[in-house]
Amino acid sequence: MTNMSILNGNVILPGADTTALLSLHIADGKIASVGTAVPTAEHIDGSGLIVAPGIIDLGVFKTDKPAFRFGGITRAALMPDQSPVHDDPATVRFAALKGKPDLWVHPLAAATRGLDGLHMAEIALMKDAGAVAVATGRKWIADSGVMLRIMHYCAALDLPVIVHNEDSGVAGHAVATAGETATLLGLSSAPVVAETLAIARDLLLAEESGAHVHFRQVTTAGGLDLIRAAKAKGLRVTCGITPAHLFLSDNAISDFRTFARLSPPLRSESDRLACIQAIADGTIDVIASGHDPRGPEDKRLPFSESAPGMAGAETLLALSLNLVRDNVISMGRMFELLASNPAKILGLNAGQICEGQEADLILIDVDAPWQVDGNRMAALAGNTPFDRLPVQGRVRQMLKGGKLI
Amino acid sequence: MTWTSSFAADSFPSGSDAFPHKHLLGIAGLQPWEILYILKEAEQWVKLNRAGAAKHADTLSGLTIINAFFENSTRTLLSFEIAGKRLGADVVNMHAAQSSVKKGETLIDTAMTLNAMRADAIVIRHGSSGAVQLISSKVDCPVLNAGDGSHEHPTQALLDALTIMRRKGKVEGQTVVICGDVLHSRVARSNLFCLKSLGAEVRVVAPPALMPSGIEAFGAIPFSNFDAALNGADVIMMLRLQNERMQGDFIPSPREYFHLYGLDERRLALAKPDALVMHPGPMNRGVEIASSVADHVDRSAITEQVEMGVAVRMACLDILTRKARGQEGWA
Repeated sequence: MTNMSILNGNVILPGADTTALLSLHIADGKIASVGTAVPTAEHIDGSGLIVAPGIIDLGVFKTDKPAFRFGGITRAALMPDQSPVHDDPATVRFAALKGKPDLWVHPLAAATRGLDGLHMAEIALMKDAGAVAVATGRKWIADSGVMLRIMHYCAALDLPVIVHNEDSGVAGHAVATAGETATLLGLSSAPVVAETLAIARDLLLAEESGAHVHFRQVTTAGGLDLIRAAKAKGLRVTCGITPAHLFLSDNAISDFRTFARLSPPLRSESDRLACIQAIADGTIDVIASGHDPRGPEDKRLPFSESAPGMAGAETLLALSLNLVRDNVISMGRMFELLASNPAKILGLNAGQICEGQEADLILIDVDAPWQVDGNRMAALAGNTPFDRLPVQGRVRQMLKGGKLI
Repeated sequence: MTWTSSFAADSFPSGSDAFPHKHLLGIAGLQPWEILYILKEAEQWVKLNRAGAAKHADTLSGLTIINAFFENSTRTLLSFEIAGKRLGADVVNMHAAQSSVKKGETLIDTAMTLNAMRADAIVIRHGSSGAVQLISSKVDCPVLNAGDGSHEHPTQALLDALTIMRRKGKVEGQTVVICGDVLHSRVARSNLFCLKSLGAEVRVVAPPALMPSGIEAFGAIPFSNFDAALNGADVIMMLRLQNERMQGDFIPSPREYFHLYGLDERRLALAKPDALVMHPGPMNRGVEIASSVADHVDRSAITEQVEMGVAVRMACLDILTRKARGQEGWA
């Protein structure tokens, strides 16, 4: 097995805000030592680069290796919204093996059969087949009784429940957040209470059942307040967000830009600022890409007929680095949001640089400038709402299990 | 007739043509002088349309206009067809019900097909907001929006402005009440943008569930009480309930709706004595408007709106094809 070193990199260590100039020794696919250089036949010069844990992307809709390689993503938790739906052990087992060895896919099991929101799927069998958590998929489960039973069941199996929070009654067929932009464009819209109401219910059910609930995308000031209060109360809840809701408001859908049609929809500027604040104060635990590449057949349509979702894997790191540049969070904290927190939530032995862990590492030139270009992306499709945006931060090297990818 | 407005129709900036837009997709992107220019141009077509038997010009002779209607329409389609024919164009109508749209063709592919037939203008109605703009980005000729979802219906707003202008002398300073299903109404949006642009006060009245969020940002004054909104009104525009765009109940019943938002003679008396009653059609008598009001000889401008519709659409077709026809000064 490989035996190599990464010399003189700026290493992200667990719990540290800033980097430390260190060398890593990698043996048998694991991090053997962190500190001074160990002489090895092979080595990588890490000088001038940040050496960070590989990104663990919590909640992607496609296994898209080229995009993940570009974005420094070494592990991805795959949503059950596949064709066919990941609601039985065979499909879960297949998905878990699909990316190996250079990408580890951690399947999320569908909470209900066919994601119908009514009938419980074989969660325990899927756990044995490799599912690391249970997810409600793109939609929320409207029946509170079904949701409570799922949470009780998952609490007993010690599996986190990953939820999508849009009350289906309030949201209806909305494609935008109620407000000036939706009114100007004549798009069907729902007020933000669609999200807060759904979060409030699931927090109450989490308290009732004792399940660990992860709210995959919390995008409103009201929703974040509820999560903040629940955490203060000691509930086992975590939450995440994608860069789109941190850096775009619903202005981005002007001109009927379908690449900015997301689920949940983009929010007002004040909600966006509340999300940034929640990154700063630690309410938000995870930043994920929500990677959902969609070709013209899904996106080159009238706005309300187009599919929601964005190709986000390639821009996840560079956009997250903006939070560090803007002094919202430290570099160390950013990698907690991108790697160690997702690993903790999913129970993976990864996401940190310390002895004994899998050598899933990325070497980043944080200052390298580039421009997002939807026409030239590595992803399966170029549906990014950040097209033409100049960004900084490129992954120069990536190691999965100690091997260069 | 006299035109009194702070934006004189012939005072548009020199150095470019009077309407520097390739398409007519909505009112939101237009300057007030551009709106006034269209209205002024429409006047000549009002005269022509009233000129007895020979209602024909050869302005657009040899041009092909396609009316592509992906959503059902009677009056707008007919109005555009007559407008095109009166100007001498060859007009072809495409109905979605008879088209390959039903066979699963995407909107973009339909647009490319229409484009390949080398039309000189395409008039489009579609049930989805933004669909007309999407098509316009894929075709070479001018596109006229004949209504897209709940977004805009610009020619309706223009014909309404022309009607008000002719009846009241000006739009500026008028108090206009728009009442009904504002949430789903493209007519309400286009009228709001047009009337505010021309200096009117616009009050919008709707049941709470049918009032769009943030409408006041566009200068509208929202009311939930129709009676209160009618105080001092010069113009009352009634809208139809768009049941086809509603998922679930927005109001309990037509009877209850009429009780709160129907325009009857008692309510009409709350407005100014010479207040004008308008409706874009199709009307639902007894749901939003009483027959006695709709048919009121002095107060109802509903049939005049239809008449102005043809003239305004002739003006739009003329103006948007000037460049292609090589008219001097239209680059």
